Amino acid sequence: MSTLTQAPAEPTGVRALAKRLSLHLDTLPTAAAVVIFIGMIVYGEAAYGRIVQFNTLSNLLINNAHLIILTVGLTFVILTGGIDLSVGAVIAFSSVAGVMLMNAGWNPWIAMLVMVLIGTAFGAASGILIQYFHVQPFIATLAMMFLGRGLASILSTVPERLADDSPVRELGTQIKVYDGPKVNDIAITPGVIIAAVVVLAAFFVLHRTRTGRTVYAIGGSEQSAQLMGLPVAATKMWVYIISGTLAGLAAVVYTARLGSAQNITGIGWELDAIAAAVIGGTLLTGGAGFVLGSVVGALVLGLMNVLITRDGSIPPEATTIITGGILLVFVLLQRAVLARRRE
Amino acid sequence: MPESLPIVEMVGISIAFPGVKALDEVGLRLYPGEVHALMGENGAGKSTLIKALTGVYKIDEGEIRIAGEPRRLGGTADAQSAGISTVYQEVNLCANLTIGENVMLGHEVRGPAGINWRATNKAAAKTLAKLGLGHLNPKQSLAALPLALQQLVAISRSMVLQCKVLILDEPTSSLDANEVEQLFAVVRNLRDQGVAILFVSHFLDQVYAISDRLTVLRNGRFEGEYRTEELDRAQLIAKMIGRDLATLKSLDAKESRRVRGDEAPLYAAKGIGRKGAIDPVDVELHRGEVVGLAGLLGSGRTELARLIYGADRPDTGDVAVDGEKAEITTPAKALAKHIAFSSENRRDEGIVRDLSVRENLVLAVQARRGWARPLTRREQDAVVAKYMDALGVRPADPERPVRLLSGGNQQKVLLGRWLATEPDLLILDEPTRGIDVGAKAEIQEYVADLADEGLAVLFISSEIEEVVRQSDRIIVLKDHRKIAELEGGPGVSADSIVTVIAEDGLGDPNADAAVREEATT
Repeated sequence: MSTLTQAPAEPTGVRALAKRLSLHLDTLPTAAAVVIFIGMIVYGEAAYGRIVQFNTLSNLLINNAHLIILTVGLTFVILTGGIDLSVGAVIAFSSVAGVMLMNAGWNPWIAMLVMVLIGTAFGAASGILIQYFHVQPFIATLAMMFLGRGLASILSTVPERLADDSPVRELGTQIKVYDGPKVNDIAITPGVIIAAVVVLAAFFVLHRTRTGRTVYAIGGSEQSAQLMGLPVAATKMWVYIISGTLAGLAAVVYTARLGSAQNITGIGWELDAIAAAVIGGTLLTGGAGFVLGSVVGALVLGLMNVLITRDGSIPPEATTIITGGILLVFVLLQRAVLARRRE
Repeated sequence: MPESLPIVEMVGISIAFPGVKALDEVGLRLYPGEVHALMGENGAGKSTLIKALTGVYKIDEGEIRIAGEPRRLGGTADAQSAGISTVYQEVNLCANLTIGENVMLGHEVRGPAGINWRATNKAAAKTLAKLGLGHLNPKQSLAALPLALQQLVAISRSMVLQCKVLILDEPTSSLDANEVEQLFAVVRNLRDQGVAILFVSHFLDQVYAISDRLTVLRNGRFEGEYRTEELDRAQLIAKMIGRDLATLKSLDAKESRRVRGDEAPLYAAKGIGRKGAIDPVDVELHRGEVVGLAGLLGSGRTELARLIYGADRPDTGDVAVDGEKAEITTPAKALAKHIAFSSENRRDEGIVRDLSVRENLVLAVQARRGWARPLTRREQDAVVAKYMDALGVRPADPERPVRLLSGGNQQKVLLGRWLATEPDLLILDEPTRGIDVGAKAEIQEYVADLADEGLAVLFISSEIEEVVRQSDRIIVLKDHRKIAELEGGPGVSADSIVTVIAEDGLGDPNADAAVREEATT
């Protein structure tokens, strides 16, 4: 939708803003996510300090690049009204397989390509099960999740370390963009750049191509999309292939940063990614949401972890409770929006 | 018109489904610049024929020629590229997208940077303007539009596809008279542009208002092709149902009203009401009597029925069943008192689409017995045999999923489901809506028989004529309150009820016109 690119308000006062907002109710949850994100930054700065500075924000992006990539993939799937539970397990299998191939002497770049293609294969398999064997997306991707986790465990059950001089590690190396005082630098990694490219490409596909609009149409009403003569079957295949491929890419980015891979990597990440998409305003029933919102959702989750670490008094175990709480608030907000829309 | 070549020619089309021959050697010809009505009862094969033309169903035998060329259509997209677009009864658009997107979906204007939204919305506005919808803002959300306008947006969409053949499948069933007029203006406009329009509707008035020619189907067979002006309504109905109008007429002419005995009423409510739904009313229902609820859409008919059944909890009033005070606050309590309610919303609150006819029939009986004591197969078979036969459900296959039945037969299954609970009071909300003349007559006849057997029936319909024909007594509702109660008889007619409603709220000049409009649909 082009609403994101428009300025949100003309300077004609609060009423005009309210009218605009009610015209574009779809954007409300995403706007709320942005507000919460800013609120968290302001609160963190006031309560703990050293949040609004270059290195903290740089690290937020660096540490969450893989989650952003995953969330973008999930956003495609959820927009059609589907779900992909396999992405966390795909990361485990893809990263363990990739590191083992490299340690076995494969060309690292080819190994990385294989890592991405493993994700593509898993996505294609889910898509075929869903589209041509009419398996529920939940079940099909659950099966893929077990498969991926099992394959990763067959390969290895111990951490597989990447050689320190492997070129893959360069993808996780920080590049100083701006050398600030002490350690307060603006830094990015190639992983962050990859995530940024993925986000921009996803935005382009969703809002500027017919395939992207078909994704939204399927989420609105699959039957209608079919009767309108849109390529529903092909598009549904595509969203699972995109989600799988991006999971493979996230595996590359994550492995590059960490330098090792293990079969228990990524447990629950599919749920983090779903949570991020929902917090960012994507409706689980499909048809409404924005990829940029999903990025904000992923950053909200990442920032929450930073704040909890900074606070120190909150036990890390409580993290999931807080995530759950935020998620609940957002889902309730979406329901309110939906109720308004039905009126 | 016939002197030119037909744009679509379907010859000898046969389609068989497991166990049924849905279409048997059916033909259809559409000419550019004509409105062609496809007529037939529910289950006659109209939908199947349309789906064959739009490529949803594969044809077993026969040939489809488009502009003289034989074509095999593989699906909606294929049909669209051949210039055939369909607008369905249920609006098939995406409510989560904007008006402009819905019009242009799949045909957006693209530039070097992907979809050019400015140009796309402009093209959408241009298309909408062609159909007299220039006032719509393409950037507005579709969900904000009333159903009628959504229907017109769907038609605009087919204009983007440069369609040569437009199929309108029951497009008017959820529109009011003004909206129908608006739709017809668009249809005539398209016809004058040379589009061939296939129009399917149950409303004979509309068919006669808009169509140039018509094709009649019966039981999956081709009955004939006629010029609309050469066939009057009685002949048309006779062709559709395959028997003369005697059956229908006999029901119409029936003057012998049942005489109510002096015994206490089966159901008596004093001051029953619910805030926002219906003001407190008194209702008395006797055994062996059909009581009609008449009133406009939104006058509180369904609301009252739901209160009586306990689907909504009454705020005020006392209810007595058979002289005993009763608290009917849930449907389960109503069922325990032998009150049954068949909802107006057949699709969502009535049939369970994916269950078989048998399962749908026994549902209410089973619900009343409780899930702990399932009906045996023999008990089920007894229920099924009794009601499928009595109601004439076709096809007579109890294992067929109910969604495959026509609307009229689904309604019969629903009726059977409630009768199987052996109710003393049966509430029928719009039992004949959207079903064809033949099935309608059968259901009306059956309801009359039920009352003769001693059932109390509360009958609701938006067709005032039907209420008058069916009822011994009529409760007239307006604006959520009861304004009159009329004994049926020669003195009561649709017109007299309309007068009652119109005179009740003198000072509202529109009321009368609106009433008459609805009464005549």
